[in-house]
Amino acid sequence: MSDPFSLNGGAAIAMIGKDCIAIASDLRLGQQSLGVSNNFDKIVEINSKNFLALTGLATDVLTLKELIKFKTNLYKLREERDIEPSTLANLISSSLYEKRFGPWFISPIVGGLSKKDNKPFICGFDSIGCIDYSNDFIVSGTATDQLYGMCESLYEPNLNPEDLFETISQALLNAVDRDALSGWGAVVYIITKDKIVKRVLKTRQD
Amino acid sequence: MADRYSFSLTTFSPSGKLVQIEYALNAVKQGVTTIGIKCDNGVVLATERKSNSTLIKNDTNTKVEYITPNIGMTYSGMGPDFRVLVDKARKLAQTNYKRIYNEYPPVKIMVQEIAKVMQESTQSGGIRPFGVSLLVGGYDDHNEKFRLYQVDPSGSYFPWKATAIGKTSNSAKTFLEKRWNENLQLEDAIHVALLALKESVDGELIGENLDIAVISDPQDQLLGFKGTTIEGPRFRKLTADEINDTLDSL
Repeated sequence: MSDPFSLNGGAAIAMIGKDCIAIASDLRLGQQSLGVSNNFDKIVEINSKNFLALTGLATDVLTLKELIKFKTNLYKLREERDIEPSTLANLISSSLYEKRFGPWFISPIVGGLSKKDNKPFICGFDSIGCIDYSNDFIVSGTATDQLYGMCESLYEPNLNPEDLFETISQALLNAVDRDALSGWGAVVYIITKDKIVKRVLKTRQD
Repeated sequence: MADRYSFSLTTFSPSGKLVQIEYALNAVKQGVTTIGIKCDNGVVLATERKSNSTLIKNDTNTKVEYITPNIGMTYSGMGPDFRVLVDKARKLAQTNYKRIYNEYPPVKIMVQEIAKVMQESTQSGGIRPFGVSLLVGGYDDHNEKFRLYQVDPSGSYFPWKATAIGKTSNSAKTFLEKRWNENLQLEDAIHVALLALKESVDGELIGENLDIAVISDPQDQLLGFKGTTIEGPRFRKLTADEINDTLDSL
């Protein structure tokens, strides 16, 4: 009931395809069972190849969005290049661990392609920064159990961008429909080496 | 009121100069000549370790130091000041970079951190500037390029293809201008560095009296373990025997 991770609700997911990745989240913001907004985007574009999705306590989601944007902008000014996905993951990890004994109540997901060879990279974190590397899919949020179920049954490796979009959308949509705290619309990003496609999905609004 | 007089010694002179910094540069100018050469496949940092007595055990005195696995540093000027900067540089590489990004800093970032320390010592009360110029050489993973920088007591830094600091730096730089070209290889660079040092070394030019490091290919044998994809350090000190072999072929 008073768990900060499930106060506002929300779900996010990332998947690896063939030379591409997909990252998606729902759009719900709630106060426990009461829906407040159906336009709460949980995904940030860090740069043209790297994305960050944040679920958990909405106030921390907003603060961390700004904090990581600030840190990556400063990184770009200092290094005169975009941050790599694995470096971004370590930056987020150390930022979270800084608050080891009073953590941000969030579970981030990072998805991106490396600059040099466009190698797909996804990972998740716990709220104190332990990195969970993956070479298939990563889920987070109040629909975690449902998302794992959907991913275990739908995911297959080396999907092309179109099929990956279909897989991640079906996984997210059907998972959030079995979670009262997630849903109310969804957004999917497909990242390939030369373009990003953002699609907003319509879902049931109950 | 004792602290009223503890303001910075480096105060502008009426003509706009910071004389303490100029004096620090004079300290560098008296130092042993140090050479840095960058080429396509590596960087060489070379200097002489002088001993004024045959009784001194010379091989414990190191002048080219390891900062990160891919960055090395050497100096001209005051030895004790250099060791302080080495300690600071190693610590900064960890606290300001590795512990945040879990990777070592690129050469430029490392140089900026060191330059910041040196600049602060020209503007703080109660301390003097560092009496050293540094040569920092290394390799950047992100663009797969070698880099060579000079850092001065004022905190200014310059990227170089090849340069010299210390007593005979002017003549050594003239020599390097003639010898450096775009398709120089590491072996040639070591040769050129030795030839440039030859002019300035008063005593015998032997491996035992020289301190040379190269930053080139990953040295997996220095890693201490096998069976991973982790690259070994690129920083490697040349042994006295290796230097003597190269000297023989000059």
